[in-house]
Amino acid sequence: MANTIPNKERMKMPRQPMPERHAHARARSFEEVNLGYDLDLVALEALRCLACAKPACTSGCPVGVKVKDFVDLIIAGDYLGAAAKIREDNALPAITGRVCPQEDQCEGGCIMSKRADSLAIGHLERFIADYERASGKVGIPTIAPRTGKKVAIVGSGPAGLSAAGDLVQKGHQVRVFEALHELGGVLVYGIPEFRLPKEIVKQDIDVLRAMGVEFETNVVVGKSVTLDELMGEEGYDAVFVATGAGLPQFLSIPGESLNGVYSANEFLTRINLMRAYRFPEYDEPVYDCRDKDVVVVGAGNTAMDSVRTALRLGARSATLVYRRGEEEMPARKEEIKHAKEEGVIFRMLTNPVEMVGTEKGWLTGVRCVDMELGEPDESGRRKPIPVAGSEFVIDASVAIIAAGTGANPLVQSTTPDLATNKKNYIVADPESLRTSKRGVFAGGDIVTGGATVILAMGAGRKAAKSIHEYVTTMTW
Amino acid sequence: MFPIVEARVLGPNVKEFEIAAPRVARKHQAGQFIILRIYDRGERIPLTIKSADRERGTITIVVQAIGKTTSLLNELGKGDSILDVVGPLGKPSEIEKFGTVVVIGGGVGTAIALPTAAALRDAGNHVIAILGARNKGLVILENDIRAASHETFIMTDDGSYGEKGLVTDKLRELIASRGVDFVLAIGPIPMMRAVAECTRPQSIRTVVSLNSIMVDGTGMCGGCRVMIGNSSKFACVDGPEFDAHEVDFKVLMQRNEMYKESEQKAMADFRLNGGEEVKRVRGACANG
Ligand SMILES: Cc1cc2nc3c(=O)[nH]c(=O)nc-3n(C[C@H](O)[C@H](O)[C@H](O)COP(=O)(O)OP(=O)(O)OC[C@H]3O[C@@H](n4cnc5c(N)ncnc54)[C@H](O)[C@@H]3O)c2cc1C
Ligand SMILES: Cc1cc2nc3c(=O)[nH]c(=O)nc-3n(C[C@H](O)[C@H](O)[C@H](O)COP(=O)(O)OP(=O)(O)OC[C@H]3O[C@@H](n4cnc5c(N)ncnc54)[C@H](O)[C@@H]3O)c2cc1C
Ligand code: SF4
Ligand code: SF4
Ligand code: FES
Repeated sequence: MANTIPNKERMKMPRQPMPERHAHARARSFEEVNLGYDLDLVALEALRCLACAKPACTSGCPVGVKVKDFVDLIIAGDYLGAAAKIREDNALPAITGRVCPQEDQCEGGCIMSKRADSLAIGHLERFIADYERASGKVGIPTIAPRTGKKVAIVGSGPAGLSAAGDLVQKGHQVRVFEALHELGGVLVYGIPEFRLPKEIVKQDIDVLRAMGVEFETNVVVGKSVTLDELMGEEGYDAVFVATGAGLPQFLSIPGESLNGVYSANEFLTRINLMRAYRFPEYDEPVYDCRDKDVVVVGAGNTAMDSVRTALRLGARSATLVYRRGEEEMPARKEEIKHAKEEGVIFRMLTNPVEMVGTEKGWLTGVRCVDMELGEPDESGRRKPIPVAGSEFVIDASVAIIAAGTGANPLVQSTTPDLATNKKNYIVADPESLRTSKRGVFAGGDIVTGGATVILAMGAGRKAAKSIHEYVTTMTW
Repeated sequence: MFPIVEARVLGPNVKEFEIAAPRVARKHQAGQFIILRIYDRGERIPLTIKSADRERGTITIVVQAIGKTTSLLNELGKGDSILDVVGPLGKPSEIEKFGTVVVIGGGVGTAIALPTAAALRDAGNHVIAILGARNKGLVILENDIRAASHETFIMTDDGSYGEKGLVTDKLRELIASRGVDFVLAIGPIPMMRAVAECTRPQSIRTVVSLNSIMVDGTGMCGGCRVMIGNSSKFACVDGPEFDAHEVDFKVLMQRNEMYKESEQKAMADFRLNGGEEVKRVRGACANG
């Protein structure tokens, strides 16, 4: 069935809102906030698409998902066909449908965003992926005959996982090495359950396993085994390094050693990876946030996840402190909206200058200073400058610092012939993802710095293509 | 799964385990540690590798039961398995020829100091070991440390074994009587701090191994940060050994108090219902 509604009418149809748990109830629960479209909402939303001749949605998507085509299949009622269409370009649709910053990518490109609300591409993608999962018919693609080539993948985040999927399909033997005890990278230790249920990540990994990808957890490459050993004794023909950017950055202000001051990574890892929110059923503790005031420093997705997690741990107040204004916040728009609805206090144009605490070393507050916007800096954004004499203290027993991360260092520090840049990110050719070391490729956050799931996934696929060429020809 | 191939009791609440972990065994160097997680709901805790057998693919650890996780671990034995073991983590000890070195072990710190003592001896140093314990019953690994050193002194608080006194009493005596070029001290924080103060006046190079609270052990969380000089370092990747004269022991002690309440609750629950939990964990080993 084709879409028979005239374009003019389509433009007038409202964007279908995502059904979500009530803000009041969800602010204390780790259950997923978004409930997902049902069949009626999907049908209505799909009909809004203008089926553009030159779809800007696809060019806005970093991996070029054929939005128009999959929406066509939705309108025709062929949901599994739509899923297959998405999978041609995107191996993790249930994840990207939930966490992509759509407003900057596919939906930002969508022509409708110029005049009205863009098509809800993320919500549709999520529906299709969930439908496919529920149908139990996630197609395992055909696997090419064994090539006899072995590829090692270091890191099981989206970059590593998507490379593994593509390479195993080509008939190569693929083994993923992961430092932690669980697979998924930031998808499991960083992004919380209420935004991305861990079960979804697990299912995607199970599909890879069924396709023949081998996984070995508890291996810190660089410590447990080096790249040279992988390509020497262990006989791998190529290695893809996808170790991410997980090194936490602190603010280097006084008082950061106080008890109660966390990096966002530690706080989120305790909660997500170690399930500390279920202490004492699980053994890992986290500082008891109940009836405490919590301050989070930062404005990206990590800050948003931390502050909303603190609320869910029972915090009396959860305040976000950011030195620029709300328009400059890099987090996904949906997260900012959700955080506000849940009661997070936003203190923009505010910069922490000191963590203050008791004689015994327990945090009692965050000393901040008001900021005002001055001249634009190199990034084109107006530079925040402190307002003299404006210092004040926000009471807090817990402060979480989400001010960015750096390159995970352990592979680089044990591989002297792997070229890195000033900030210790691995240097890789943007097209081939080859590094300075023969047989070694790198991609995802470890090359670009903290970016997005879909970019990491795209890098993984690019690497797979390039690795396939290399192991087939063995010419560098 | 990482099977326990041997286990034996060394002293009150102290147990030694030999665990099959071939990757760790192959790469281990003195001074490094593992992080383990016993079962699916367990926490990750760091433990030093006392020795490794490359042929057998095993590592040996010595565990002192002080809270829930170490108590649960010490209920396990040969034939049981540990769910996750990762390592070797941390920087290896710096082994050089210093001359006369004193290796001080307090309590379970003796186990941690042992591989480094042996490596220092192999590097041509004259190694003097000092073991400290409250009483005779708490002295562990005496034979191992005697084998790893040229001279061994044992100090007990009550004089029930060796000499009566503190490890620092013996250290002062050695510094005065024959000169000491290097000191390694591993044990309770107050002991390490006292050793640092003892060697500071003469600027004798002194190294301590810091037991800060860890989660991942790979530099990813920053929870293990310690103050060294005026800068913040991650004990799991920059350490665990640091120059004792630069360590801010007050911050270390303060940060180790962070989860006191939860730890006490976990231990109290374990005392009450631990039997069930141990059964479950051992069952999981058998099934896994
Ligand atoms: C809290 C948080 C929220 C985010 N929210 C979003 C969002 O909503 N939308 C979005 O698009 N992006 C988001 N991001 C960013 C996104 O998650 C990352 O860009 C993406 O995960 C990068 O993928 P990667 O595969 O390069 O690395 P990672 O996901 O970081 O995975 C790297 C893996 O390598 C492992 N590893 C590291 N060193 C070694 C070693 N030496 N040996 C073996 N294994 C190693 C790590 O343990 C990890 O599992 C978020 C990030 C965080 C931290
Ligand atoms: C590098 C390193 C090497 C170590 N080597 C050994 C060893 O060889 N043998 C040994 O018996 N012990 C060793 N420890 C100490 C051991 O990790 C702790 O005793 C153990 O984590 C306590 O766990 P628990 O649940 O039994 O006790 P808890 O009740 O949790 O804690 C008791 C005490 O242990 C400390 N602690 C708690 N959790 C952690 C954690 N995740 N990491 C570090 N310390 C923690 C706390 O400060 C507390 O004072 C080492 C610690 C470090 C950092
Ligand atoms: S992968 Fe992300 S950017 Fe691309 S279409 Fe899907 S939601 Fe949009
Ligand atoms: S740009 Fe928007 S309207 Fe046009 S095809 Fe893409 S999703 Fe449909
Ligand atoms: S334990 Fe997490 S950084 Fe050291």
